[in-house]
Amino acid sequence: MSSLTMRPCGDFRTSYKQDNTIFETKTIRMMAIIAILGLCTAPLFLDGYYLTLFIQISYLGIAALGLNILVGFTGQISLGHGAFFGFGAFASAWLSTSLHIPVFLSIPLAGFLTMAVGMMFGLPAARIKGLYLAIATLASQFIIEDFFARADWFSGGSAGSSADPVNLFGFLFDTDQSFYYVALFALVFMYIWGCNLMRSRDGRAFVAVRDHYLSAEIMGIKLNKYRLLSFGVSSFYAGIGGALYAHYLGYVSAEGFTIFMSVQFLAMIIIGGMGSIKGTLMGVVFMVFLPEVLESGVGVMKMTDWGNIPLVVDGLAYIKEMAIGLVIIGFLIFEPEGLAHRWAQIKNYWKFYPFSY
Amino acid sequence: MTESILKVEQVSLAFGGVKALTDVSFDVKKGSVFSIIGPNGAGKTSMLNCISGRYQPNEGNVIFQGNNVTNLDPNDRADLGMGRTFQNLALFGHLSVLDNIMVGRHHLLKNNWLTGPLYWASGAQKEELEHRRIVEEVIDFLEISHIRKAVAGTLSYGLRKRVELARAMALNPKLILLDEPMAGMNLEEKEDMARYILDLNEEFDITVMMIEHDMGVVMDISHEVMVLDFGKKLISGLPDEVMADPHVKRAYLGIEDDLEEAS
Repeated sequence: MSSLTMRPCGDFRTSYKQDNTIFETKTIRMMAIIAILGLCTAPLFLDGYYLTLFIQISYLGIAALGLNILVGFTGQISLGHGAFFGFGAFASAWLSTSLHIPVFLSIPLAGFLTMAVGMMFGLPAARIKGLYLAIATLASQFIIEDFFARADWFSGGSAGSSADPVNLFGFLFDTDQSFYYVALFALVFMYIWGCNLMRSRDGRAFVAVRDHYLSAEIMGIKLNKYRLLSFGVSSFYAGIGGALYAHYLGYVSAEGFTIFMSVQFLAMIIIGGMGSIKGTLMGVVFMVFLPEVLESGVGVMKMTDWGNIPLVVDGLAYIKEMAIGLVIIGFLIFEPEGLAHRWAQIKNYWKFYPFSY
Repeated sequence: MTESILKVEQVSLAFGGVKALTDVSFDVKKGSVFSIIGPNGAGKTSMLNCISGRYQPNEGNVIFQGNNVTNLDPNDRADLGMGRTFQNLALFGHLSVLDNIMVGRHHLLKNNWLTGPLYWASGAQKEELEHRRIVEEVIDFLEISHIRKAVAGTLSYGLRKRVELARAMALNPKLILLDEPMAGMNLEEKEDMARYILDLNEEFDITVMMIEHDMGVVMDISHEVMVLDFGKKLISGLPDEVMADPHVKRAYLGIEDDLEEAS
């Protein structure tokens, strides 16, 4: 996780432990802790709608981090992430309703189950690369979708399946306000997990496999094992995200987990920044808030004179959809390295202001 | 200096009809600096690839410290104590220098995808920091402490070569294979590199096997030199003996008659 960044005066490091922290400086760490504490108090003054958005960010963010570990850090590609997300959702619902496993256990178990499925579909990944791998993972998307439709015992077929709310020692997390804390805890836990993974042995091995697989092999890294493991970890994250989704909505049906969802996950990590953990979160926040911002933009437009033109009023829904596409294309052209990179540039600018050199 | 660490026995390698190596045999003595020289396309890098496991020879055996490693995967050779650097830079461009070198400790670290993320609880932190200390020793030795946090892809050529050497040293190797460690360097960088190679050979007790084109360096620091030409071994022996051999002169160094004609 270390990078060549300027450190403020007085930030002396006298041990390797101090030099190997998740956050670059003490100030950033304090700010992160304050932000998390601040988020803990959010349900007191935010209404349910914003909490819903945050919960959405949480489960999508966890799944997107998984995809970023696979695509950004290991340099593989997957077009089946949406299906794995769905598998996690159904698996957790199935484990808790059919096998009567407590929900707070069924969520991690669903993660491991999805991991096993992901590694099964990841088997070809150890052998093929690039576009060919994209097509192979596309197959996993359709196979799993078909499985949802046919395996009534698992997914409830076309009727879908219901999922119990999270239940911890008799306390039910069945409202937005209470589930918010589950989502916040899961998000923080999984992101710290990701940060620690990337600063320990296997995370470095992932990046090594991406950057130069020949020399990675010489360094004693088993290529096939790590390509497969990356699929596994990525599916594990997708499974956890999906399970949270299931227990939040209380009901899972197969329609949502299409190729569109997989592509949306890819869009999130491309916008946020491939190979960046904080970038993943930025991308997810961006993708969740963008439709909301555009929605309110449309609302403002309706109040002006333009709101009287019938063509505009009728076309507003389309304009919104097109604007989303336009913003994404703009990102790919002007900021291909993602929000994380832009954030670093803004930070550098302020740090050195007014001396930019 | 009498015991051999690496034995290559009649190794042949062919790509279709092209014979890259034919019946090459040699011994590398423990603790020595062993150089391979030869014109371009002579099969030097192929030989190194056969030893490090990139290629598997069609015939013959590679015996490393008494184990037959001919058909072993490259990643398993790291455990046995074999490190190498590449002719073209092969660093992990987006990792910092420190992380690059830490990758060299990969096969010695124990934490995995489950215990690594449970950083504080599983002892992964303690383990990482212990290995960090060893990596810092290598960094000190190669005098790259000022760039340890720099991203490897942003460094200059000479420094990258040095980081690559550091990464190979972090493996704790018994034998280190260097593919043209001094290619494209200026005189000062070459002198530094030669000093590092001698020091790691003497202080860390690492046997060095290298391919190098700079005859001055090869003759100065090698204990033994082998000449390859068109995939065949011409001669091996002490640097002075090899230099004096007429075949070598013809194949590689150019004999004086030619030079006179040319001028």
